[in-house]
Amino acid sequence: MTFLKPKFGHPRLPKNEHGYTVKDYEGAISTLCAGCGHDSISAAIVEACFDLNIEPHRVAKLSGIGCSSKTPTYFLSNSHGFNSVHGRMPSVATGANLANRNLIYIGVSGDGDSASIGMGQYVHAIRRNLNITYIVMNNGVYGLTKGQDSATADCGSVAKHGVPTAFQAIDMCGLAIELGATFVGQSFSGDKKQMIPLIKAAISHPGFALLNIISPCVTFNNNAGSTKSYDYAREHNAALSKIDFVPVGKEITTDYDHTKVNVVELHDGSKIKLNKLSPEWNPHDRLSIVTALHEARQRQEILTGLLYIDEQSVELNDLINSTTVPLNQLTEQDLCPGSAVLEQINAGYR
Amino acid sequence: MSRINDFVVRFANVNGTGSASANFLFAKAVFRMGIPVSAKNIFPSNIQGLPTWYEVRVSEKGYLARKEGIDMMVSVNPQSFKQDIASVKTGGYFMYDCTKPLHDHFLRDDIHFIGIPMMEISNREFSDPRQRQLFKNIIYVGALAAFLNIELNVIEQLFHEQFKGKEKLITPNVKALNLGFEYAKAHFDCPLEFRLERRDLVGDAIMIDGNTAAGLGAVYGGATVVAWYPITPSTSLVSAFESYAKKLRVDKETGKNNFSIVQAEDELAAIGMVIGAGWNGARSFTATSGPGVSLMSEFLGLAYYAEIPAVLVNVQRAGPSTGMPTRTQQADLISCAYASHGDTKHVLLIPADPAECFEMTADAFDYAEVLQTPIIVMSDLDIGMNDHITAPLHWDDNKKYNRGKVLNADQLESLPNWGRYRDVDDDGIPYRTYPGTHPLLGSYFTRGSSHDEDAKYSEDAATYVRIVDRLIKKFNTARQIIPRPQLYQKQQQSKIGMLFFGSTMHAAEEALDILRDNGTPVDAIRLKAFPFHEDVKSFIDGHEKLFVIEQNRDAQMRTLLINELEINPSKLIKLLNYDGTPMTADYILKHIHEYSFQPTN
Repeated sequence: MTFLKPKFGHPRLPKNEHGYTVKDYEGAISTLCAGCGHDSISAAIVEACFDLNIEPHRVAKLSGIGCSSKTPTYFLSNSHGFNSVHGRMPSVATGANLANRNLIYIGVSGDGDSASIGMGQYVHAIRRNLNITYIVMNNGVYGLTKGQDSATADCGSVAKHGVPTAFQAIDMCGLAIELGATFVGQSFSGDKKQMIPLIKAAISHPGFALLNIISPCVTFNNNAGSTKSYDYAREHNAALSKIDFVPVGKEITTDYDHTKVNVVELHDGSKIKLNKLSPEWNPHDRLSIVTALHEARQRQEILTGLLYIDEQSVELNDLINSTTVPLNQLTEQDLCPGSAVLEQINAGYR
Repeated sequence: MSRINDFVVRFANVNGTGSASANFLFAKAVFRMGIPVSAKNIFPSNIQGLPTWYEVRVSEKGYLARKEGIDMMVSVNPQSFKQDIASVKTGGYFMYDCTKPLHDHFLRDDIHFIGIPMMEISNREFSDPRQRQLFKNIIYVGALAAFLNIELNVIEQLFHEQFKGKEKLITPNVKALNLGFEYAKAHFDCPLEFRLERRDLVGDAIMIDGNTAAGLGAVYGGATVVAWYPITPSTSLVSAFESYAKKLRVDKETGKNNFSIVQAEDELAAIGMVIGAGWNGARSFTATSGPGVSLMSEFLGLAYYAEIPAVLVNVQRAGPSTGMPTRTQQADLISCAYASHGDTKHVLLIPADPAECFEMTADAFDYAEVLQTPIIVMSDLDIGMNDHITAPLHWDDNKKYNRGKVLNADQLESLPNWGRYRDVDDDGIPYRTYPGTHPLLGSYFTRGSSHDEDAKYSEDAATYVRIVDRLIKKFNTARQIIPRPQLYQKQQQSKIGMLFFGSTMHAAEEALDILRDNGTPVDAIRLKAFPFHEDVKSFIDGHEKLFVIEQNRDAQMRTLLINELEINPSKLIKLLNYDGTPMTADYILKHIHEYSFQPTN
């Protein structure tokens, strides 16, 4: 069932530049378990889109199958949504993006959806630098099928079923960086302050923007011994930086220490202000983040924040030299060469 | 007895030695002399070193099917000498490279052996090793010109066209051609009793393969998004689309492409991209073969249930599993008609030649968008990869793309109760919107899970049944708009009938002619699409027994007919060829004859 939320809100709710209130970015009432990390991520998406002044209908939200993939119903009800097949959201999003490059694409997936059944599509979407905000709601467990380990469950981690995971975990961020991802962020669903600027930056990034968000499963993987529980994530969260997103046209007003603060200007003119907490790490240096991720793993820490960004990112449509006009707006005149040309072609086969 | 323009020549080569272009040169020269010709490439799934054959039938009567019985074998592959010699008809000719002598045990006394020292001549006249290899092939074409009366200037003209921009290659090619020609003239009686004579029988026909025609059809049909994964025998279809799109679809001002092609990581991703693009309002397609269809099945079910346009060209090859990747079959009928789990049915278009590959692929985009469902074009390796004489490709400039029921912002505002899956027009086809159409109206959630008329998730029993029953209604609408079958009868004249489709058309039409000439005319029907038009049912009802001709082991079309039209199975006689080679009229006639003489119980 989908429960409809009441549409009315407080008459003095603040409006953004397009005259929308935050209510206009909400979706249906969630049917996920009470306390599910995914709902916090949905709420962060709502707030980020409201703040960014995105018109909801300019967004297409896509997902695969699983608890995470249900969430697009719970945000942006004025956007078209596509709940595709298990592990195959990246391909559907690729086709959609090729058809209309002018929309904003938000892809939602989970650890089962992206790290197992959809691993092939995940890595190839990264290779192609598909222009999408790709959110992995990562809880290390299969929720809808009642609690099996996923491929991101850490070796030795124990979910509700009580048996420690025997196999090595797939690190979605490390993998993305190896594959040449142009934007990699990691966060925790309990840290809204970090998630919202990260989502804004990811949406503003032209290319594949991965947000791997640890999002605990309260029902099957929130117990002692799990490395994807709320308690564990809070205790082991190691933020690389404090992140602020500065929209286009807004100046960075506060004074900052240039040795500690890194300002990244995005393609559309917006900026990310990173207050570095780790001196060795440089968000433009792939190698430094690979090292940082490995070291954090040894320390049993979850590295969060914007891990890597390539400001020179060139997205798929430009990599293959596609027209700037959305392909779905081209007409017979643009597409059909006509009978005279066909007659010439026929002559070539005589 | 002299036979003019009626014989079969088979070439036996080693693949990867440049023989394909020499053999094509021969077939094209016959075509240029105004004589109907058909060529079948019988090749291995391999790049270099294995036996490959090219079979050319010349037919004054215009029959384009393959014909059994080889009048002349041109053999330059010692690997396959034994079987090649055995396959020549009694009284036929075996032309071979006699640079090395033929073993006595190969000899047959009922055929003629023609030794041409191809390699010796080539080595003597040319110095570059690659040229020696290539010109050996041209030398045998020259010899054939002498034996069969091919006009040398026709071949020379083809050289000029082939080597436009590389003119220095023309002279050595002409030299090689003449070397073969002169050797044959000097050492043998030329021409043979079967040979060519110029005619004017091909009219304005063209010689093209079905994959090129289908790729062009996709350009004309307005495809903008192409996602694919390489697989024989469909690869050349996407290559053709790409090469024509690069010529015809690049914006002159910006230099940017009015199309996007992505080579996907696998067939699952390929069809996923096609569906994503179709959902977002771009005309999109993929091309694949049987193994690809298996991988695409889950997505095809999604597109069926969520009602998303998609076009898939299936260039069928011999299955099951990897099967014979370079041999032809029509063995994906059931797997395509009912692709995916649950109750699914898909619209199939079944072209019989390259002209129909063009037309049906172009039209498939209209059907897909009008019907909001996947359309599968069922080509096969024989049509797709062999050069066929076919009607010139035709396009009507007055034709407008039919984008189907898509609502724009103004229309949405005037409709108070729009719902994505509401059957407003009572034809089973709902109205859709593209993402981004209107700030507040027209958004909906597309899903492969059960949904109601407003696209909301629902597990309500009655709602589920309403939606899947409407899909049947839509399928019945499809039945009315997709291509009708072709009837071969002026009036009902026979008790038995013949039913065929796709690439067996030429063989079946030839068989019909022979039956008619023998005084036993048979009515026939050629299927062009699935679901079946009512004419198919009435044709079957009007005949006592019907031969269902198909290229698969399990009589899949017969099964579809029984299943969809509730035909009594005993009426439908299987006439099956599934060895991977194209059908022949002789094969059809033999089986009809055998059946007719079977004692009835």
